[in-house]
Amino acid sequence: MPDQASQTHTSAAVSSSTEPLLEVNALKKHFPIQRGFLKRVVGQVKAVDDVSFNVNQGETVGLVGESGCGKTTTGRCIMRAIDPSSGEVWYQDPTLGRVDIAKLDNKEIRLVRRSIRMIFQDPYASLNPRMTLQEIVGAPLRAMGLIRGREIEDRVAEMLTLVGLRPEYMRRYPHAFSGGQRQRIGLARALAPSPKFVVCDEPVSALDVSVQAQILNLLKEMQEKMGLTYLFVAHDLSVVAHISDRVAVMYVGKIVELASTAAIFSTPKHPYTEALMSAIPLPDPRPRDKRVLLTGEVANPANPPSGCYFHPRCKYAKEICTTTAPVLEEVAPAHYVRCHRAKELTLTGAIRPSL
Amino acid sequence: MTEMDTLVEIKDLRTYFYLTEGVVHAVEGVDLTIRRGRTLGVVGESGCGKSITSLSLLQLVPAPGKIEGGQMLFYKPVERNGSAGMIDVIDIAALDPKGREIRDIRGNHISMVFQEPMTAMIPVRTIGQQITESIILHQGVSKREAREQAIDMLARVKMSRPERVIDDYPFQLSGGMRQRAVIAMALSCRPSLLIADEPTTALDVTTEAQILDLMRSLQNDFGMAILYITHNLGVVAEMAQDVVVMYMGKVVEETDVKTIFLNPLHPYTRGLLSSIPQLNETITQPNRSRRLQAIKGMVPDPYSRPKGCPFAPRCPHVIPDLCDQVEPLNVQAEPGHFVRCHLYSDITSS
Repeated sequence: MPDQASQTHTSAAVSSSTEPLLEVNALKKHFPIQRGFLKRVVGQVKAVDDVSFNVNQGETVGLVGESGCGKTTTGRCIMRAIDPSSGEVWYQDPTLGRVDIAKLDNKEIRLVRRSIRMIFQDPYASLNPRMTLQEIVGAPLRAMGLIRGREIEDRVAEMLTLVGLRPEYMRRYPHAFSGGQRQRIGLARALAPSPKFVVCDEPVSALDVSVQAQILNLLKEMQEKMGLTYLFVAHDLSVVAHISDRVAVMYVGKIVELASTAAIFSTPKHPYTEALMSAIPLPDPRPRDKRVLLTGEVANPANPPSGCYFHPRCKYAKEICTTTAPVLEEVAPAHYVRCHRAKELTLTGAIRPSL
Repeated sequence: MTEMDTLVEIKDLRTYFYLTEGVVHAVEGVDLTIRRGRTLGVVGESGCGKSITSLSLLQLVPAPGKIEGGQMLFYKPVERNGSAGMIDVIDIAALDPKGREIRDIRGNHISMVFQEPMTAMIPVRTIGQQITESIILHQGVSKREAREQAIDMLARVKMSRPERVIDDYPFQLSGGMRQRAVIAMALSCRPSLLIADEPTTALDVTTEAQILDLMRSLQNDFGMAILYITHNLGVVAEMAQDVVVMYMGKVVEETDVKTIFLNPLHPYTRGLLSSIPQLNETITQPNRSRRLQAIKGMVPDPYSRPKGCPFAPRCPHVIPDLCDQVEPLNVQAEPGHFVRCHLYSDITSS
């Protein structure tokens, strides 16, 4: 049954056979560790270490992993909010054509940011408390010089209505709004210049469940209305499963598994993914059988273990895992895994018979 | 029989905060019962009063908050002349927040694990100093003995190399290890009730699974009751035997964990359950246009509580001229299943 489902889902997810909207190639971001008065560089934190994936037009790719695995850094490198250390980020820009974002100069990157936008995790920190909604939502339009004056006001009113806020709120300040409403404001700001691609960095993790559901619905609605493509960075696996067409699992700066949502959750092929699946707290009161509990701690990205980074915590690890780093391989159609034993292991997903 | 089972009985607890903007009724008539050796899950969204209820239970409500009414009966077991089974009933609500009696209860009979392990510890003191403090205070043992007990406790929470960790400072430990140390601290005096206020919210999902597993096995070993406060219904399903759902300072539904998931009655509980993405459904029947059944609107402003049922403005089953006028009473819809909603009021009147 899950197999059937995964097939239909996969075909839906990769049906757009045209060139991907975004192509990330061997992306790396290393942060130097500096010590002492002279700020001598004594090491590198490999926050993002050789990450490659594609995002097709109109799809949602989920990026999951535990804190410190590099998922947010990946999102920021794509935006060029920070500069990647190396690698390529090919993007189909509506005006510039196919460009490598990693190599654009400041002027060009401003043009690209019209169509690549971001929404942030903390709705309290991401809105300037001294700006009115009109200034906040209109800021990208003014900065890009797209429209001016009265037109901006009209567009702000339109955007606020679109995300479910009253246009009369335009002259108010963010403090007058709740977390969920603030996240709507952040979304209105992101969508104001009619972008194509939105990096959503944990957009619902600061919200209560009932409000989280509203924002998730709104994100889907906006995607359908505006033909948006999302990179959805989050740690809540149920939320990621709900919104994503495909999911990439990251561990210590590397993608360890990339497949359709159904395949990741029902037939995972990487032991780390299996452990993640097993750890999801499910709203189901029946006792669980054989939970895979990880031992030990996440590897230190400044001093990762030899071979596969996951091997010290992996119960399937063999000799080769301690010496040789595995590469990302396609083990089933459109199912990529970075594990020496991916083909021989049969791992458990998160599916349970329904209540 | 039930007398022996009951550990804490909260009756009509009211805790208000007096702010310049007005009075916030953070806890507005909460009733709940914690039974010995069992886990009571308290679920609700931010601001529903779940944390303030637990702080009230320890007389730790921060100013300008005040316990304004109600009872919090603690059935404290006493051993007199070696005969167990005697029980002292203490009304915690009546105790002086700075008095000797509540100090004897805090950390000794009732202890607490907080959400953020770093803020629950003193950064300039070692783990050992912080654990032994309460052991020395409450059990009157020597420093050396307390240290041995602390090492034993750290081993019980599955800390690797406890004899070394005991001299570490909190910053030297990872988030999961810190939370283990805080749990060791909380359990060092073998309390009969452990209050866990979102203890895994700051942790990653795999670490969370480890801590939940640990808390369950410690409960088996020590037999303490747990008051588990969380907004995560998945965690409740794993940890609790009994569940109360809170909304705007009130318990709106109370029953066992199976019933809350299989047969929820209150529209708010149903709304919460349908708000969370269902993993099974999402994966076995993928559908891009699937929407979550969100609860409409948002939690009302705490300064202006709606008249009648506080959930009425958001409720899909609202009965006009009743729900927005009259506050519903707590009714027993089925044996052991209590709900505060007009939809079920007629069951008891018949």
